[in-house]
Amino acid sequence: MEGPAPVSAPPRPAVADESGRRTPDLLYDDTEQTLRESIRSLLVARCGADDILRRVESDDTCDTGLWQAIAADLGCAGLLIPEDDDGAGASYREAALVAEELGRAVAPVPFLGSAVVATTALLAAGDHTRLAELARGDVTAALAVGFGTRPGAPFPDAVRVSGSRAGDGTSGLTRLRGRVPGVADALTADLLIVPADGAPSGLYLVGAGAEGVRRTPVISLDMTRQLCDLDLEDAPARLIASGPAAGRAVGDALAAGAALLASELLGVADRCLEMTVAYVKERRQFARPVGSFQALKHRLADLWVGVTQARAAARYAAACLAAGDGDAPVATALAKAYCGEIALRAAEECVQMHGGIGFTWEHPAHLYLKRAKSASIAFGTAGAHRAALAGLVNLPGA
Amino acid sequence: MLTGAELTADGLRQRVHEFLGEHDPAGTGRLDFLRARFDAGLAWVHYPAGLGGLGASRTLQRVVDAEFAAAGAPDNDPAGNAIGLGMAAPTIRAFGTDAQHQRWLRPLWTGEDIWCQLFSEPGAGSDLASLATRAVRDGDGWVVSGQKVWTSLAHEAHWGILVARTDPDVPKHQGLTYFACDMRAAGVDVRPLRQMTGEAEFNEVFFTDVRIPDEDRIGAVGEGWKVAQATLMNERVAIGGTSLPREGGMIGTAARAWRDHPGRRTPDLHDRLLRLWTEAEVARLAGERLRQQLAAGQPGPEGSAAKLVFARLNQEISEFDVELAGADGLRYDDWTMRRPGRADFYGRGPGYRYLRARANSIEGGTSEILRTIIAERVLGLPPEPRVDKDVPWKDLPR
Repeated sequence: MEGPAPVSAPPRPAVADESGRRTPDLLYDDTEQTLRESIRSLLVARCGADDILRRVESDDTCDTGLWQAIAADLGCAGLLIPEDDDGAGASYREAALVAEELGRAVAPVPFLGSAVVATTALLAAGDHTRLAELARGDVTAALAVGFGTRPGAPFPDAVRVSGSRAGDGTSGLTRLRGRVPGVADALTADLLIVPADGAPSGLYLVGAGAEGVRRTPVISLDMTRQLCDLDLEDAPARLIASGPAAGRAVGDALAAGAALLASELLGVADRCLEMTVAYVKERRQFARPVGSFQALKHRLADLWVGVTQARAAARYAAACLAAGDGDAPVATALAKAYCGEIALRAAEECVQMHGGIGFTWEHPAHLYLKRAKSASIAFGTAGAHRAALAGLVNLPGA
Repeated sequence: MLTGAELTADGLRQRVHEFLGEHDPAGTGRLDFLRARFDAGLAWVHYPAGLGGLGASRTLQRVVDAEFAAAGAPDNDPAGNAIGLGMAAPTIRAFGTDAQHQRWLRPLWTGEDIWCQLFSEPGAGSDLASLATRAVRDGDGWVVSGQKVWTSLAHEAHWGILVARTDPDVPKHQGLTYFACDMRAAGVDVRPLRQMTGEAEFNEVFFTDVRIPDEDRIGAVGEGWKVAQATLMNERVAIGGTSLPREGGMIGTAARAWRDHPGRRTPDLHDRLLRLWTEAEVARLAGERLRQQLAAGQPGPEGSAAKLVFARLNQEISEFDVELAGADGLRYDDWTMRRPGRADFYGRGPGYRYLRARANSIEGGTSEILRTIIAERVLGLPPEPRVDKDVPWKDLPR
């Protein structure tokens, strides 16, 4: 460049360096590419925009048939579950790839809530009793926390241990009472994993069909992942972890949820960009494709740059989680903050650049917008994750 | 003797050790040492044997450089000849004759010959192909007249890579030819060009009937645009090329200032710092991912994103830096006309960095041009309507 000729080496920092720390593999390996192809072709065949639009106005917003195909036929329900428990013994890398593809399709299936968040909670709690059923896709589970809960939030106290009834003692049961609003992937779940305060504080397993369990569907901003309000009125529960172990299990589950939502948001952004680029090449006004106007070209170029960057952030979070890397909290906060904002911008640009048709119910752009907005708030907003970074990388506030 | 793809990192280490056994860095003159290193094929290992390389993989260069650095050997001060090494050399290698390879590459690599770039003109910035500097055939050579601008290092350079118009009667891209220009030739006048920072990092270069022998032409007559494109491609690789640790760029300076001055912290600045830190770290990870793609033999278009992001972040971080400095942000270190030998984006005070960063989105391809390139070449959006494409250069309005 005639401009910045020789660039002097920047100052060397104290935090980490090339010799001390290697960036994990941020690419997709061959196995991941194969998995991507299978899941994408399934989604193209069975999860088109028309299917979703019909479903979000039906009583069954969750596509349990599609979920069976993803969970059992493709084995995605058991990715994080060890082979000894009939799982695939894979890692968060593969799970993140599935999340990305499901985001691209705004697929209405409980992968995130069941196969990622609840599964991580059970694994962290060391409770293997139901893992095989989860891995086979026979049942799904949900962690009973509000979808907006951020990793690192205080242990939930919305549900309390209300004691035992006659006969509970011999069956090892206790009773829970409380209300948890806005739980994701719980409407169709068979198992609820409930953090409860009391004696003892801990993580409890509750059958979703048990007496005293009431699930009220929420008219959700994102009906492709409909929330429910959960009421427990002396519901029977079995303790699976208590004290600090329960706190760790909830923390791990929320962190995994946030990290994999970053990949899901990447998928949302990627698909919005793809749809928009295709549309502006074909839509003509002023006797030209509207994609030949610089006002749109430059914004799409910027968006492509953002999606490119988001991919690196999302892959880094998945890789750190998969390796149990000490940088995982930073990676997760970084990815969730960044990918949320990019997905939102991509969905908003998708609406805008589609013009009038983009504002209609019949066009799928709104499904992506609603997913992007909802998922960018879920498991901690961008602001909440940046605030977490302040502590993690020593940039304290005023 | 192994060559090419058979060479491994260990094989190269072995070769460096043998070389060091024969050429003690402490007992050999700097230039003699560098010339011997070039002749041993350990200069740029991906170049062919006989031209300073061994035909090895480009990714192995780091191994060789690290071995020489560890032995305390003198280096060729790559930052002092960035245009030569990063842009002129690959162009000469790709388009030069055998005789040109032999003449230019060794003194270029050792730093004996500094090179500069003579592309932009007062009337040809983003529209480089419209340039007006003329080269007229005269016997066995050419006579060049015109003006170039933004030429860093012109006052130190022995050679310049020059694009000039050799045929004004054909459309602008077709009438260009690429030369190496001896900066010490009669009629070359280098004048400092002072910038808003106060210093004169760049130059204007005036050519008055400068004679260039035909043997210094690089590529065929009329092929100058094609050769120049290769130079510019290498420019972008060079910009995205370095691997930095976390907080390794300008964000590190800002983060350290934040940690060192608790009294200057405000909620507004905190919010901005966390956003900038997040974006800088994500951009760093995207660079790491790009390098992994290149190493895996999957070159993608992501490289074109790097300079755009780099420019914007440098500008925003330095803006932040000046504000964080508080009252000190109202002071400037020195307005006198310095003549720095190399650009320094990270040095001096925040005021200097802020002003210098304004050029980052102009030099080496404006951010607007880069967005157009991404939109058209990566996203495949339709090109701008072009009124100048098929018109002879001499008939273009100017």
